[in-house]
Amino acid sequence: MLQDKDRIFTNLYGQGDWTLAGARARGDWDGTAEILARGRDAIIGEMKASGLRGRGGAGFPTGVKWSFMPRKNDGRPHYLVINGDESEPGTCKDREILRHDPHKLVESALIASFAMGAHAAYIYIRGEFYNEAMHLQHAIDEAYEAGLIGPNACGSGWDFDFYIHRGAGAYICGEETALLESLEGKKGQPRMKPPFPAAMGLYGCPTTVNNVESIAVSATILRRGGAWFAGLGRPNNAGSKLMAISGHVNTPCVFEEELGVPMREIIEKHGGGVRGGWDNLLAVIPGGCSVPMLPRDVCESVLMDYDSLRAEGSGLGTGCMIVMDKSTDIIAAIARFSKFFKHESCGQCTPCREGTGWMMRIMERMVEGRAEIEEIDMLEQVTRQVEGHTICALGDAAAWPIQGLIRRFRPVMEERIHAYKAAHGGGRPVQVPTGLVEAAE
Amino acid sequence: MSTQPTAPTGAEPTHFAFDAESEQQIAVILAKYPPERKASGVLPLLYVVQKQMGRQTGSAWIPRIAMDVVAERLEMAPIRVYEVATFYLMFNTKPIGRYHLQVCTTTSCWLRGSDDVTAACKKATGIRAFGETSTDGLFTLTEVECLGACANAPILQVDDDYYEDLDGPRTLELIEALKRGERPTPGPTIDRLNSAPAGGRRVLVDETAAKPQGQG
Repeated sequence: MLQDKDRIFTNLYGQGDWTLAGARARGDWDGTAEILARGRDAIIGEMKASGLRGRGGAGFPTGVKWSFMPRKNDGRPHYLVINGDESEPGTCKDREILRHDPHKLVESALIASFAMGAHAAYIYIRGEFYNEAMHLQHAIDEAYEAGLIGPNACGSGWDFDFYIHRGAGAYICGEETALLESLEGKKGQPRMKPPFPAAMGLYGCPTTVNNVESIAVSATILRRGGAWFAGLGRPNNAGSKLMAISGHVNTPCVFEEELGVPMREIIEKHGGGVRGGWDNLLAVIPGGCSVPMLPRDVCESVLMDYDSLRAEGSGLGTGCMIVMDKSTDIIAAIARFSKFFKHESCGQCTPCREGTGWMMRIMERMVEGRAEIEEIDMLEQVTRQVEGHTICALGDAAAWPIQGLIRRFRPVMEERIHAYKAAHGGGRPVQVPTGLVEAAE
Repeated sequence: MSTQPTAPTGAEPTHFAFDAESEQQIAVILAKYPPERKASGVLPLLYVVQKQMGRQTGSAWIPRIAMDVVAERLEMAPIRVYEVATFYLMFNTKPIGRYHLQVCTTTSCWLRGSDDVTAACKKATGIRAFGETSTDGLFTLTEVECLGACANAPILQVDDDYYEDLDGPRTLELIEALKRGERPTPGPTIDRLNSAPAGGRRVLVDETAAKPQGQG
């Protein structure tokens, strides 16, 4: 378990002053010029040594990502783009950085931009986080005023500008290329890759897109050393991470914890335990709705980190878990995700645009049990038709929760269908009244 | 995918021009992007329109004629602005009430009682279904997807502010307060500090740890 002395986000709950004076008292903006003076290679080397993996969900090593930026400048500007479009259901961690530790982000953005040869960084913040964006804007204004960013940032000789761009309520803009499209003033529809953003990103220029948390931890890592960070957690799953617990626990909250701690311990310590006790636990979705859920027996022993969760057929995702107790209608819980993905599909690829609608409609019938047993397999088949057949991962994300449901809770689905048949004189195939068949939207 | 509805006939104003306050905001916004990349300003400018409509008419929405003004200002084809305005959920393409009640009903909020919040919103405003505006024109009720504050579920967003940790009775109280013209402080509606656990924080209790940390 992480000790207070090793915490990066020391004002997580906003218990202290989030403005520049408070941030400085907590150690931010201390020796930033010296860090920059180490040079680009040393900074990237230290980030690689820290073992930091991307905190937005995919877990790609951050230092390696930075090193993909072209070494030589071909005349095009370089950009750092920070992904603050936190919209994955269950996830609520970056919000705390934006509103309570904004200076950690501004300072780290300067260092990261320097390390990739960028003179400008944009942060894309989801539109709903209006007040959070105002906090960050205040921090940016303070930093300009104090000469920490702007021309000759921190006296380092490096010019750096930092801009906020607000989204407007589209989950898909959390996908990095959709985010870039949106930042360019278009609909948020993902681009084909390659070319990858490091070659052709924002405005066709070399760009790196990083999650808010991945950036915000980097100043502290460089101050305290990559070895310190790598010493936390487990090999290949280094460091501490912001996590959250929502759903059926006694005290839902956001917190910073070391990777590799047993999930059960985390739920007991931070979440105050499952509502009604551990035995009342039904399932946990460990990292945002697009990772498959885990039943109680797995939650008993699994560790919260990238590799342990992957070994159980799930994933760490954003590290923000949704806990469900036995009172939960598990089919309805997953059906709500299907509705979410249907709503958020950008409409570009046919398998996703049509498939998310199909999945939602079948799931709605599964909630009632108004279906045939064979349709469970058909539903599974539909998810396979969507998965892997789209430009971005939204199609996969829509498919996985349903696959997780079928894998772990198939008997519950069958029981629901039998119950419906028993109540409605079943036996014959279920006829769907024509009035209920919606046209594909 | 979802698309935005169009405004009913007769709702469209015949004229739209940015006021002085909006012009000031636009100058700040356009300075953020390279001059040849003006189109990047489309989302922020649509927000500017929406806010100005809210100030001037009490209904924060974006008429089509204002989209044309945005297109002209950003040197874009009008269709490019229309498609952006209808793609993003937060742009209201038809008139809304004075207060925009946005209930999150995604799983994290649903597990903790967003159905009660929805029911309370309907009861207090007389609205029967999502998307409707109350007959007094004060409230529009919208169902929104995850608001990204799941540890404080369930959430009701009123315009730009999050009201957190709600239940039915506290939602009723909140809406009654809005009717009286009050604006209760946003944030948790129970005794807790932001996203810290109810009952007091379990970490960050070591005062010395909040001091500047050892240098590497």
